[in-house]
Amino acid sequence: MNIIQRIGLGVFLLGFVAFIATLSLGRYQLSDEVLNKVTLDYDTKKNTAKRAALRPHVEVMFRKKFSDQFSFVANLRGGFEQANQAIMQKYGFTDAELSQLAEKGYKKYEEAVIDGLYPKGSETNDIKNKKLKDYTNWLYGKNFKSADELKGQIAPKVSEINAAVVKDKGFSSYDIKNQLFTITKASDVGMVASNAPLWLVMTILLAIAGGLMYLIPKLFQGFPGIRNNGVFTHPGTSRGWIGILVGSFLISFYIFLYWFPEYITSWVLMVDPVSKALSGNAASQWFLYGFLYTVAIIVMGIRMASKYRHNKYQLIRTASVTFFQLSFAFLIPEILVRFNQPYMDFKNIWPLDYSFFFDYNLKQKAAAGTLGIFMLGWGIALFLLVVPTMVYFFGKRWYCSWVCGCGGLAETLGDPYRQLSDKSLKAWKIERYLIHSVLVFAVFMTGLTLYTFFSGSSRVLFLDTYQVQKAYGFLIGSAFAGVVGTGFYPFMGNRVWCRFGCPLAAYLGIVQRFKSRFRITTNGGQCISCGNCSTYCEMGIDVRAYAQKGQNIVRASCVGCGICAAVCPRGVLKLENAPEEGRIHDNPILIGSDKIEVRK
Amino acid sequence: MKHVVIIGNGISGITTARHIRKNSDHRITVISAESDYFYSRTALMYIYMGHMRLKETQPYENWFWEKNRIGLKKAYVQRVDTDKKTLYLNNNETLDYDVLVLAVGSKPRKFGWPGVDSKGIQGLYSLQDLEMMEQNTQGIKNAVIVGGGLIGVEMAEMLQTRNVHVTFLVREDWFWAGVMPEEEGALINRHMIDDHHVELKLQTELKEIVPDSSGRVQHIITNHNEKIDCQFVGLTIGVQPNTDFLKDSNIEINRGIVVNRFMETNVPDVYALGDCAEFSEPFPNRRPIEQVWYTGRMMGEALAQTICGKPTQYSPGIWFNSAKFFDIEYQTYGWVWNQLKEGEETFYWEHPNGKICLRLVYDQQSKRLLGINVFGMRLRHEVCDRWIKEERSIDHVIAHLRDANFDPEFYKQHESAIVASYNQQTGSNVQLKKRSWARIFNRKTQNV
Repeated sequence: MNIIQRIGLGVFLLGFVAFIATLSLGRYQLSDEVLNKVTLDYDTKKNTAKRAALRPHVEVMFRKKFSDQFSFVANLRGGFEQANQAIMQKYGFTDAELSQLAEKGYKKYEEAVIDGLYPKGSETNDIKNKKLKDYTNWLYGKNFKSADELKGQIAPKVSEINAAVVKDKGFSSYDIKNQLFTITKASDVGMVASNAPLWLVMTILLAIAGGLMYLIPKLFQGFPGIRNNGVFTHPGTSRGWIGILVGSFLISFYIFLYWFPEYITSWVLMVDPVSKALSGNAASQWFLYGFLYTVAIIVMGIRMASKYRHNKYQLIRTASVTFFQLSFAFLIPEILVRFNQPYMDFKNIWPLDYSFFFDYNLKQKAAAGTLGIFMLGWGIALFLLVVPTMVYFFGKRWYCSWVCGCGGLAETLGDPYRQLSDKSLKAWKIERYLIHSVLVFAVFMTGLTLYTFFSGSSRVLFLDTYQVQKAYGFLIGSAFAGVVGTGFYPFMGNRVWCRFGCPLAAYLGIVQRFKSRFRITTNGGQCISCGNCSTYCEMGIDVRAYAQKGQNIVRASCVGCGICAAVCPRGVLKLENAPEEGRIHDNPILIGSDKIEVRK
Repeated sequence: MKHVVIIGNGISGITTARHIRKNSDHRITVISAESDYFYSRTALMYIYMGHMRLKETQPYENWFWEKNRIGLKKAYVQRVDTDKKTLYLNNNETLDYDVLVLAVGSKPRKFGWPGVDSKGIQGLYSLQDLEMMEQNTQGIKNAVIVGGGLIGVEMAEMLQTRNVHVTFLVREDWFWAGVMPEEEGALINRHMIDDHHVELKLQTELKEIVPDSSGRVQHIITNHNEKIDCQFVGLTIGVQPNTDFLKDSNIEINRGIVVNRFMETNVPDVYALGDCAEFSEPFPNRRPIEQVWYTGRMMGEALAQTICGKPTQYSPGIWFNSAKFFDIEYQTYGWVWNQLKEGEETFYWEHPNGKICLRLVYDQQSKRLLGINVFGMRLRHEVCDRWIKEERSIDHVIAHLRDANFDPEFYKQHESAIVASYNQQTGSNVQLKKRSWARIFNRKTQNV
């Protein structure tokens, strides 16, 4: 490590620490100005009403400047809850009211009962009267043995009314979640908010600069070749203390990003200028994520390129994943938004892109004219035609280690952790159960989605389509792909998601296993069983088990990263697209031993 | 069902065990004092360099042995009584066998240099050697390696990853001169000196090792009376069969355990193979003791057949071998000697960067290919094997070179340059053919 690299490492750490520290620099001041800025409802009339409903409950916050986001968010959440309670008090039905209604109506339930209890004239009564009639008219004319019996019938309907009232006049939990983020971000009056570009430079860009100072000299240091020296002794790459720190950071980052973005608004503020320059919109937490993701791939892509600079396959592949991330995943969608077109990552393929068929997506694209229709057609053609064709000719690598964003991160940021994947037979078994279960789940969820889209009914048997979508999004889309998939890089290797969870990888893998020209050819009898190939296989394939028997490697999970062939010290492995005939061969006697046959 | 006891859990012993299991229900016991499980000896250097741990170098998971009913025993065999068919182990146990397989490998060779028993002097063959090297090289600055062979260059690479300055003493005029022609030797010399800053001293031998007062090596003196400070000396002048424990047995020992081509020793039901076996009738061109991973494995494949009732001679096909010298990979097929034999002709091509080369040796008269040396480029084993077996002419080989290319995709291909060089050197007019999968896969239907 030369002096520039030492400084670079220091600068990187400084930038990184500053980045973390910005989370404590926020100062939060709620005001009418902020409230007037945020959209509480897309309906203008409702928006005004909701703002009026919320304001009295958060007004008390106007007088206070909060020095941390936690107390600010807690107060704000309290305000929303109070507003909801007030709305319930005004428009909702209490248990006592329900009992009264049942008492009056159980002998014969009819409109008169409702009108008697809630005579029209006041705003509250008008609404309660109408809601009750709308929701319970199917009970008219019936008589019940007791008040309790009627109460039992009406109770679920009244719960629905109350929920609808909160949604209509107040704030659903989904709304609150979103508003907490938006309002907290808009209320930040701290140092970061007042000079976002400066802080962007002093944190993320500083870390990038430091990273590059550390990495770029590596391109010119020493003789190019495989240098995995100390991989199993360094605390960063062998589940040591650095690995634990990095893993903890990544896991926490994903938890905040997916479920508590309101606490990381300082970070989002910093990338506001970038977002505005690209799409014209303020940054969301997803823009922050996309920005950091792209930065990680570019910077660590340079590391990958320096590490394998003697290997043209690795250089081109790394350039490819970096290109697709920067353009297809990051820039093009933002530019589409700038031109008022639907956001789309043209290389994201269903079922990895699990929300492709969600009704809001279909509607948005259908409404977007020719380009929207093209987007729909393109998305369908990708998984229906492009995937099988490309996998037939090139194996799943064309996507997983050349194009995909998840693969892109794994192959760059994740490269230092590839040796941590589990190579045991047991892990392979778990992998096959898990990944194919996720594929089935994704197909099932999409089936329900399409059924609902065309039939208009969200209930299928005992299932609610939207609940199933939500469960998939939470379990697979966020927890598995994000928290476990990336957060566990330093513990379980860089392809946790791709290996155990990605439904698209499962689909690509089935094609690759059964109908493809791709294989890793084993070079005759040259294997010395050293284990480098298996050790550095990010997918946990025991490559050596095949190579030492002279067998080609044909596995559903192989993403074709080519590292096994790169680290092989004897030139035994080669990724190849070749005729299907002879792709799998199984002769237990290796080349070199003449006149030996084995009992079949 | 016989009880087959195999002493040694290296590639020879384990291949024998695996193939006996494939072919029979014999009871199998493998004894080793070195390690609990089979590991790849060739990967020792990677453990030292931190590329892998011992666990990663084990080709089979630990459950494999029980599942395949291969009993493992960690013990050292002190004595073999072939009359009683009993082994005496270091823990005072005895073990009876019906069939005994000696796959006991080698140990580093040592000469009687003055001071050779000082601390910090060692070879590298076993796991114990590796552990010793780990201790011997803690915090050291300078090392001397003696002996220009494969383990020597590996040791140099290992030590350099710990920032130890390496002086490499090679007796001959170029590295591995007993095996490699001069051009290839020069290529590796350059790579070590220019690219990896190894201090290579050719035509230099070790004369004396001088220890300090604690008994640890302080410096060495060469045959040119040069004094070189060092805290570690790697002795890599070759290995010798590990046969000491057989001294008092009836088994015939010469340099190694003497065997015929069925791997049978002079004692019935006792076989030997791998590094420790010495053929009473060596194969043409081959050494009586073959200390190579691949040959150990092939002997195991053949011996398992014999033990399972199908007497099979060890019958190696076309010779092949491979190695890696720092960053330059080497493969060889057929016979390429350090100097041309009578009636041999050679074509040598070297890339202008001086790090890639190809040598073809062929018969002067018939022009048939005899051997290939390749550095910094990968070739397809099956294709090279077939060329030699089918006695293809040098012109055929040159024209079809693309079939043999095994470099990763997108690598720069050198076939055109090689063919141009060949045509220029020999005044021929060979045209390079396109790669053909039909030829590579040797499809009979295709006219090649």
